[in-house]
Amino acid sequence: MDFNDTAAEATFREEARAWLSDNVPSEQELAGMDYVTSAKFWQKRKFDGGWACIRWPKEYGGRGASAIEQVILHQEEARFDTPMNIFTIGQGMAAPTLMTYASDEAKARLLPPMASGEQIWCQLFSEPSSGSDLASLRTRSERGGDDWVINGQKIWTSGAHYSDYGILVTRSDPTVAKHKGLTYFFLDMKSPGVEVRPIKQISGDSNFNEVYFSDVRIPGAQRLGEVGQGWQVALTTLMNERATIGAGYANVNFDVACKLARRIRIDGKPAIEDPAVRAKLANWYVQESGLKFTGYRTLTALSRGEIPGPEHSIGKAVGAAKTQDMASFCVDLLEMAGAISDPELAEMDGLIQMTYMSAPGHRIAGGTDEIMMNILAERVLGLPQEPRMDKGIPFNEVPTGT
Amino acid sequence: MNFEFSDDQKLLREQASRYLADNCPPAAVRTILEGDAAYDAKLWTGVGEMGWTAACIPEEFGGLGLSYVELCVIAEELGRVAAPIPFSSSVYLATEALLMAGSKDQKESWLPKLASGEAIGAFALAETAGRPSVDYLKTCASDNSAETALTGSKIAVADGDVADFAVVVAASDASAPGDGANWYLVELDQPGVARKPIETFDPTRSHAQIEFKGAAAQRLGNAGEGWRLTERLLDRAAVLFAWEQVGGADAALEMAKEYALGRYAFGRAIASYQAIKHKLANAYIKNTLARSNCYYGAWALNADSEELPLAAATARVAAIQACNFAAKENIQTHGGMGFTWEFDCQFYYRRAKLLSVNIGSEAFWQDRLMHAVERRDAA
Repeated sequence: MDFNDTAAEATFREEARAWLSDNVPSEQELAGMDYVTSAKFWQKRKFDGGWACIRWPKEYGGRGASAIEQVILHQEEARFDTPMNIFTIGQGMAAPTLMTYASDEAKARLLPPMASGEQIWCQLFSEPSSGSDLASLRTRSERGGDDWVINGQKIWTSGAHYSDYGILVTRSDPTVAKHKGLTYFFLDMKSPGVEVRPIKQISGDSNFNEVYFSDVRIPGAQRLGEVGQGWQVALTTLMNERATIGAGYANVNFDVACKLARRIRIDGKPAIEDPAVRAKLANWYVQESGLKFTGYRTLTALSRGEIPGPEHSIGKAVGAAKTQDMASFCVDLLEMAGAISDPELAEMDGLIQMTYMSAPGHRIAGGTDEIMMNILAERVLGLPQEPRMDKGIPFNEVPTGT
Repeated sequence: MNFEFSDDQKLLREQASRYLADNCPPAAVRTILEGDAAYDAKLWTGVGEMGWTAACIPEEFGGLGLSYVELCVIAEELGRVAAPIPFSSSVYLATEALLMAGSKDQKESWLPKLASGEAIGAFALAETAGRPSVDYLKTCASDNSAETALTGSKIAVADGDVADFAVVVAASDASAPGDGANWYLVELDQPGVARKPIETFDPTRSHAQIEFKGAAAQRLGNAGEGWRLTERLLDRAAVLFAWEQVGGADAALEMAKEYALGRYAFGRAIASYQAIKHKLANAYIKNTLARSNCYYGAWALNADSEELPLAAATARVAAIQACNFAAKENIQTHGGMGFTWEFDCQFYYRRAKLLSVNIGSEAFWQDRLMHAVERRDAA
């Protein structure tokens, strides 16, 4: 057991590190750009240098790299301060779906600009009454000549306001059972009849949108998979979702909480000396460490060219709730001052309060904690599903609450 | 990145698992639970023949000189079957203590016998209820010389009733320099020692109370280093205990899963109810976190890394939590049947809690973890 790269991995790491240190954009280069522009600027530079979407085949802009090489590149890039990555939904979820289901012509046309960041993609799956039970979605698709005509509403669409394309699941036949009446498309987000409205979150931010479709026409050639096979296509997308969403976000973590507990005093002594505080901190350390070394085990499997075991899927189920608990605990440590969120006045520029207010979203996005537990129970432990009341019933006869 | 067992180590696991399936079925554990024998002597002999007691003893002292990662593999498999033998006392504690601090003579006297399983060693620390610390030691030697007489008493000494010798932590002479404690090697079959088995909530692992009344004792290690040695020994043993706990946690989860799949209520397997599924998924998460932390512990133990105190505490806290959770929720999943003497759920419920107090509780190790973090951050 060791933590070392193989010789080939070490060479690749050096190569990546050298390129990054020469090419990560400086503050001056990014001056005056908003986050979308600076993200595109960095992505284009990576693409031109041959460092974008490196696992993809060369013809689409990649370099046919291995999974472990991609991880090494991510690790090395994380050492630098780079613009936010707004391309993961396209590159991580839409791209694998296109590679499996799109025509060669469509792949050649759509994948290179996706890799270069010139075109951004979003995912149009969830609906106001279809969250965890995604297959109960209602947005209608009907044939209109060679086109399809779309009506309905999607929700929680990250980045819809700056996206060029979207992947979309629709109901093409409500008279058959719910999984059998779905059809999958990709579409131009500038199509007439598409309306994007930002959603204001409890944190005050607007990362998500509602997207309304009013007689939006999609050319028949933009269908992915057969009519009625949309669920199978969607599964390809969703299998790639957890890998994408689990990716870290700057937040309250063990080191932040520890730093705070050293500074805040309880009865004249640093809070970190309080046994109750120590026990909590130790438990969070155990969780962070456990996730980190679970990640190392996943890397080992990748490094050996194996498919990682199911243990890598616990990250989201553990991480989101932990972050929420830690933020809540840090607010408490601050006592009365914990309520202050003004970055000018609050401890740590308001990071704690900001995390507290954004944490509920992370426990829901990309599969709620409860859905993650179902997935672990069913796919890892092999336990049966709950009985489903809508099984085999035509979709338009399934009882609904609204 | 090579954070995984080697093929040889995986082979060892398969071999251990097969051996224990044949030689330590639940009926063997039950025999010790219900009978008068302190431990399964046949299994102990077999384990010695397999070379497990000799794993990390150097070849010059009759051992196999394997790495600690191999011992972790064995520990996990022993934990999985709740083996009723004095392995942890003799191998993780007494053998390690001799390897850490023994003189050439002491090693030559005891290590070959420990390697073969012919001798059993124990580690005697606790004197009273509450968190062990150097201040609470009352057992002490009559003088500060290397050969001396020991007086005092130790409680809840795991395998103290069957051990041939014990490594005893005693207060050092108040006037002597050092950390306030010495280690002594004490043969237990001598006039100056009185011991009696005591009842614990896990009769599959015997415990004793030991009185030393001027017992002949040899100092083990340097004078005034007993507490430093104790902490170091506990760190090393914590990794191995943690692997046993991970093995037990996995077995308890597996047991709960099998029962939930076969037990029907309201017309369907109880394993299909989210209340059960989420409970077992939670156990799986805790087990996975504990296992990954144990890998870190195994690496640090084997590499003798300066990160060992942090790695050991992290593995230990995670394993205590995982094992206790799986053991109690295994009974809960079984419902009333799980509470009956007839069912084997009790093995893990008893063993999980015993292992979690044997070398210091969850709170003790949480505190050690934080101390290790503080030392790391101060560096």
